[in-house]
Amino acid sequence: MSMSEFFNMGGYAVFVWTSYGLAFVVLLLNWFLPYQEHKQNLKKLNRQFKSGQSRQETRNNDSRT
Amino acid sequence: MFKWFVKWFHRFGSPPYFYRLAGLWLPWLTGLFTILLIGGLYGGLVLAPTDYQQGESYRIIFVHVPAAWMSMFIYMVMATCGIVVLVWRMKLAEVVLSCAAPIGASFTFLALITGSLWGKPMWGTYWVWDARLTSELILLFLYLGVIGLYGAIDDKRVAARAVAILAIVGMVNIPIIHYSVEWWNSLHQGATVTKFDKPSIAWSMLWPLLVMALAFKVYFVISLFQRVRAELLHRERNTRWVEELVKS
Repeated sequence: MSMSEFFNMGGYAVFVWTSYGLAFVVLLLNWFLPYQEHKQNLKKLNRQFKSGQSRQETRNNDSRT
Repeated sequence: MFKWFVKWFHRFGSPPYFYRLAGLWLPWLTGLFTILLIGGLYGGLVLAPTDYQQGESYRIIFVHVPAAWMSMFIYMVMATCGIVVLVWRMKLAEVVLSCAAPIGASFTFLALITGSLWGKPMWGTYWVWDARLTSELILLFLYLGVIGLYGAIDDKRVAARAVAILAIVGMVNIPIIHYSVEWWNSLHQGATVTKFDKPSIAWSMLWPLLVMALAFKVYFVISLFQRVRAELLHRERNTRWVEELVKS
């Protein structure tokens, strides 16, 4: 099997590769977005604690919890 | 033995313990996922033979079927967490329930869209309103309902109980999806793997499918852990363990 035959997928290239491409994008996003959110949460909390806010104050600032 | 299990279960459910444990597991899981994915893709795209009826188009199966399995599996995980939330009010179950929903919705979306891309060349249409496709679409709406409801209620503990009920009620849809191809006339082909008989699929096509399914399962755990860790930090931001963790 040659490379071009492989990418041609017996004439179904559009359908097959679109499927795999979308799967790749969905998997990548579901990994990357939570990863970034976690990192940002850490950074945000770090800033809060560094700026001298005690836990009590953070609690008062956000009554939602 | 039982006592030991109960003790472990309580420890496992404590946010700082789970946060740390998930962090330790993530690199190993990512490595395992990469190996499985490469093996599954190589098996599915290169080693598996051409289908005698569908030609090369059938290779969509290696993403479509694992995604569809995951869409139902994640829903079951959500509903199980829902029961734990309602019965034991366990915080970790609340977080897992809310974090699993977007991943489940992604896999459902993927199953629908790859199915549609497979339907076009094989059935001649992207979409038909038949039982399998419609019940899977309803599953997507259930996921979106869970995400929407959880986001709409400010008190996250109340929100978790509300979506727990929705998740449990929605569980009726799962057997409907699975048996839809038997109960109604459908364009969708019947089960070839998940049935009591021997799978009616050649081994050379079956093993890449199973490896891909396993890869998707591991991937779900990775994505879930990542989300749960982020959410735990946010929810527990006023506790001592988060403060200590961030400062260290």
